[in-house]
Amino acid sequence: MTTTIYIPREATALSLGAQPVADAIAAQGARSGKPVRIVRTGSRGLFWLEPLVEVQTPAGRVAYGPVQAADVDGLFAAGFLTGGKHALHLGDVESIPYLKNQQRLTCARLGIIDPVNLEDYRAHGGYEGLKAAVAMQPGDIVKAVTDSGLRGRGGAAFPTGIKWKTVLDAAGEQKYIVCNADEGDSGTFSDRLLMEGDPYCLIEGMTIAGLGVGATRGYIYLRCEYPHAHATLKQAIATAYEKGFLGNDVAGSGRTFELQVRLGAGAYICGEETSLLESLEGRRGQIRFKPPLPALKGLFGCPTVVNNVISFASVPIILQKGATYYRDFGVGRSRGTLPIQLTGNVARGGLVERAFGVTLREMLYDYGGGTRSGRPVRAVQVGGPLGAYWPESKFDTPLDYEAFAAGGGMLGHGGIVVFDDTVDLAAQARYAMEFCAIESCGKCTPCRLGSTRGVEVIDRLVAGDRAAMQQTLLRDLCDTMLNGSLCALGGLTPYPVLSALDYFAEDFSKAAAPRAAQR
Amino acid sequence: MNARKRVAIPVRPEPGSDLPEAERRAVRESVQQNRALEGNLLPILHAIQDRLGWIPPRVIALIAFELNLSRAEVHGVISFYHYFRQHAPGQHLIYLCRAEACQAVGAVELEAHAKRALGVEFHGTSSDGRYTLEPVYCLGNCASGPSLLVDGELHGRMTPQRFDALIARDGK
Repeated sequence: MTTTIYIPREATALSLGAQPVADAIAAQGARSGKPVRIVRTGSRGLFWLEPLVEVQTPAGRVAYGPVQAADVDGLFAAGFLTGGKHALHLGDVESIPYLKNQQRLTCARLGIIDPVNLEDYRAHGGYEGLKAAVAMQPGDIVKAVTDSGLRGRGGAAFPTGIKWKTVLDAAGEQKYIVCNADEGDSGTFSDRLLMEGDPYCLIEGMTIAGLGVGATRGYIYLRCEYPHAHATLKQAIATAYEKGFLGNDVAGSGRTFELQVRLGAGAYICGEETSLLESLEGRRGQIRFKPPLPALKGLFGCPTVVNNVISFASVPIILQKGATYYRDFGVGRSRGTLPIQLTGNVARGGLVERAFGVTLREMLYDYGGGTRSGRPVRAVQVGGPLGAYWPESKFDTPLDYEAFAAGGGMLGHGGIVVFDDTVDLAAQARYAMEFCAIESCGKCTPCRLGSTRGVEVIDRLVAGDRAAMQQTLLRDLCDTMLNGSLCALGGLTPYPVLSALDYFAEDFSKAAAPRAAQR
Repeated sequence: MNARKRVAIPVRPEPGSDLPEAERRAVRESVQQNRALEGNLLPILHAIQDRLGWIPPRVIALIAFELNLSRAEVHGVISFYHYFRQHAPGQHLIYLCRAEACQAVGAVELEAHAKRALGVEFHGTSSDGRYTLEPVYCLGNCASGPSLLVDGELHGRMTPQRFDALIARDGK
């Protein structure tokens, strides 16, 4: 009897050795006369257990991990094809508390299905949302998204339905759907996991958006740092065309939706929506003045919906199960679920999809298990390179857009980077300015020049060169950047800088230098 | 009839005729393949770099001619994006992540080690022509850092020792 084995083809699993494991299992199966069928899946997002191998048994899937190629002989000897006991035996992966205590709506299929197999997708509820949408009026599709309370998951948290309504009501022969897959924030990977593990979910969400606002053309703007996601998306789009889910008769509706992937070229700023549009048009990714809003004059001057991967991928389930179902998750004005990413120096890093409202502390300790190094957590940065550095005293903040903003931070795309007590926050603050200088598009002065001046001022401050004056200067500079920059890059770089200065002032004093050197 | 002095009319060579054959063909094929796309400049530049490994400055005039753009516009786009290379890379291209999540698990030490081991700074190529070292700001492998990408292959939980092993493997 042939045994089915699931092994991820997702980038993190591959980076930890999934390919040699798959090769070794295939070879050992052939050698020992035990036929195996290997299905390559996305990752479930339990990265400390990757490469995670799951074996289909009559009692369900049995997981082993983290498996290295050298473990394969031992696994066969232990009878892992029938779920035999072994040091790496994890049992039913869905009963692992980390996964069991999640609310996977958007990421429900990750690690379970073969990402490019359309039949597999449909067998797990795929294209049910589109089926519902095809039977609805465009205005009703938009209303369902509005009623769900979905807000842009890219970071700005703008209500998705309101954006769609603006595009629906805008006059224009050609409208566009653009997916922002330029996931450049450090500490985030949920877009990538979804594109690699469930690409049809994104395609379905964008198709529904097209039907909802009357757009016939869509682009996925993907960062070139994601070669694996690129390959998966191209394959999935080709199959969707072949099976009639894209093209000039979407799912038999008689309506058109064309979709293409476009690659970025390593510019962080192209995650800002107007820069992204410039880049898609074939120009330097310099930001545009707003207004006009992209919803009215976006790609090639046409009304355009620009949303993040997770925003689009949340749409199918809203259409499938109804706005109320989705809306019932979450707290306050943050409705639904957020795929949270636990990263950096964390023992159990990975993806945790939960309804809004879970606290930072629960994430760090209950899920994350503290640091990977075993040392105390000293700081976390939430929301990417433009997010604030927070100390322990803020760990009881719930993950909710408003609560984070009230605390002087931002939830952003839901990435949490953990640092242990060896971190030097003055160095992190300097890096924030340096990063801004490298990635500034150059259009506005506070960002273009302020970032370089910021590096210099921090260097003088740390060196103890008239420290009090430098600190005043740095705060003044941050004020200028915050209020005078055209977009979030220059406008939010002060967040990590000022939070480091406010909460970790000791790292900036001259005495910090020898202390950091001792560590 | 007076014999007028003959004036030589300068003949403009065909655009791109001054380029090495491989580069001319790479540009022509890349343009042909992507011409019909909306906003085709980035796809064309990607296609050229995929073929040549970089975008030699001398091909800019031909790209500009083919797309009816100014050379300044094409140069402006190439130089804006970190990924487009204006210098030929070594045999292997290493993208080392410098972002915060990797910093939290030792990327700064790894960066120093990589620079020392290869004898280069960022954007430099080792003297034997084997390795080019580039910084990258996030590879999306943030729970399993430090990360680097070598010739399209992603590696996680990188240490100086594993870096040396990787170099020894590819160096053969």
